[in-house]
Amino acid sequence: MSGPGLDPWSGLGAFTPARIALGRAGAALPTRQVLELALAHACARDAVHAPFDAASMAGRIADLGYETLSVKSAAGDRNAYLQRPDLGRRLSDDSRRLLDGRPKGRSDIVFVVADGLSSAAVHAHVVPLLRALRIHIEEGGWSVGPVVLASQARVALGDEVGESLAARMAMVLVGERPGLSSPDSLGAYLTLDPVVGRSDAERNCVSNIRPAGLAYDRAAFKLAWLMREAFRRAATGVALKDESDLDLALLSPPKG
Amino acid sequence: MLHSQTIGATRWTFDGLKVLMAKASPLRSGDVLAGVAAGSAEENVAAKLALAEIPLRVFLDEPLVPYAEDEVTRLIFDTHNAPAFAAVADLTVGEFRDHLLAETTDGAVLAALAPGVTPEMAAAVSKLMRNQDLIAVARKCRVVTRFRSTIGLPGTMAVRLQPNHPTDDRQGITASILDGLMYGSGDATIGVNPASDSLPAIGDLVRLLDDLIQRFEIPTQSCVLTHVTGAIELIERGAPVDLVFQSVAGTEAANRSFGVDLAMLKEGREAALSLKRGTLGDNVMYFETGQGSALSAGAHHGMDQQTVEARAYAVARAFDPLLVNTVVGFIGPEYLYDGKQIIRAGLEDHFCGKLMGLPLGCDVCYTNHAEADQDDMDTLLTLLAVAGVSFIMGVPGSDDVMLNYQSTSFHDALYVRQVLGLKRAPEFEAWLERMGLTAPGGLLLPARSGHPLLTAAP
Repeated sequence: MSGPGLDPWSGLGAFTPARIALGRAGAALPTRQVLELALAHACARDAVHAPFDAASMAGRIADLGYETLSVKSAAGDRNAYLQRPDLGRRLSDDSRRLLDGRPKGRSDIVFVVADGLSSAAVHAHVVPLLRALRIHIEEGGWSVGPVVLASQARVALGDEVGESLAARMAMVLVGERPGLSSPDSLGAYLTLDPVVGRSDAERNCVSNIRPAGLAYDRAAFKLAWLMREAFRRAATGVALKDESDLDLALLSPPKG
Repeated sequence: MLHSQTIGATRWTFDGLKVLMAKASPLRSGDVLAGVAAGSAEENVAAKLALAEIPLRVFLDEPLVPYAEDEVTRLIFDTHNAPAFAAVADLTVGEFRDHLLAETTDGAVLAALAPGVTPEMAAAVSKLMRNQDLIAVARKCRVVTRFRSTIGLPGTMAVRLQPNHPTDDRQGITASILDGLMYGSGDATIGVNPASDSLPAIGDLVRLLDDLIQRFEIPTQSCVLTHVTGAIELIERGAPVDLVFQSVAGTEAANRSFGVDLAMLKEGREAALSLKRGTLGDNVMYFETGQGSALSAGAHHGMDQQTVEARAYAVARAFDPLLVNTVVGFIGPEYLYDGKQIIRAGLEDHFCGKLMGLPLGCDVCYTNHAEADQDDMDTLLTLLAVAGVSFIMGVPGSDDVMLNYQSTSFHDALYVRQVLGLKRAPEFEAWLERMGLTAPGGLLLPARSGHPLLTAAP
């Protein structure tokens, strides 16, 4: 019996964060592994409920030279956010007024930084990603509107924000649902011509942005490729497949 | 049509079949969110009492979404099999429940009935059933499908080996596949959810899975879960695609939010069939569904989420799938709030799918923002295995490191095999024994280093 110890292929663990070669006690997980799983779940549960620090994010993003605005969704608190996705997709009345009261000026891209289900992801990865995107934005010659920090927000909130700021494209940077091994994974959703009522099939997504997942520079490359193609083909979503790997392969041959 | 039920001094009224079904549905957060749930426990039971008296024929007269507006409704009505329905045509929903539970209603009777059962009928009767009824009837249903392995034979349960990796790393995916195979999982499919939607990357994964399956002559099928249009394009580019995947839902508008319609699914199935890669059968489709997806797309037409979910099975049924997977707890607490609601939904989905003649499996799962934990999953897994679920997921250590949720593990599959004596698909069971991984009878042997499979290690 391999018993409650690791399996002979435990060396393969170097290739993946997945929980492989855990060994077994009968059919079940050994005690240590079952308790490690319970601990990871406990941490992820806590991550879901950690508050979003919009004020400090605003300062760090302002340091990159972007104007920032803070808005709230119509979900008043975390509990409402978790059970009422419709509220998380809409601006609160105050926030709507704030955006509507701004001078109208069309920009190519509006970034919406949304806490989603993991503030930790937003706190850690948004600023480095914006920094990595900067060179691509200069290359594209794209104008950038204010960076909008949105609390208790879901992806579709970017449609209303983008529409009220007259953006050609909204890029929502959102904390993804925490996994046991990745409580801080960031997602980026691109929507061309954002207006209230866009469906998810009209968006492109680059997910798992974090150093242990999709690194900032690669994520930025992919996002820039998608933005360029979206403007060129006048489409995001299922009509625009991500083939940036073909271009990326020209730059750097794949490993192995 | 107005339905009513008087309880004591209160007369409860329900304006139409759709409202009646929603109010009769066991409580869940998604129906509250949609504003269609019963307002009180008594109203819920009053609706059940009224629903029990509705003749099944009414479902053939009163579509829940207008025929002219919705291609899923048209599919349900146009493909309804009247001769199969004749056996139950005179029953009410309540009598239908009693009929399904009768000892004389066996697997053969249920198989003959399946094409006559519309999703709305299945959903309606499920609302009158307790969990034990959902298990007892589903257990009698037999649905057998084939590609390179045989899914759904009595006394078997298969496992989809789900070796996801956060960046689709080939070596990482290979490591998880080997882990699963060494634990005796993978007979339903080896199915990867790619992190990327880049076609070249997905094509690489298709070839990676095919190489492994060919090299070790594994009697299973591969699937890279990308949009059906991507699979079609890959097939055109010559990729060795076994199963074509698509998420589907129960209304035309919800399917549109997935970027898909019935014509596209037909095209996908034909593309897969053209490759003739199945050795035992030509069930080439793998569908995923889940309660709440229609509401999430604002495309539920006022129906409760369980009824819309059953309509997704009508979509799946039209394309002779190998596997249909209800991903029950993935969508989150706004649709299924806690372990109790997830367990109920899993049993309902499995029952409705089986009654309609589909190879229903279940991704027994939850997210970290739901009020649920591994104990709830153990409970649902055990109940579904008793109910005869066609397949479950196998994820290393139950932690999906790409999709960020918890599903069932290779260990969990071993547990239900042990306590319920469930076998794998026979071709896969024989392969494991040939490979020296299991003893005759299917018991996993102690792991040894230097096993030939591990030579495929990165």
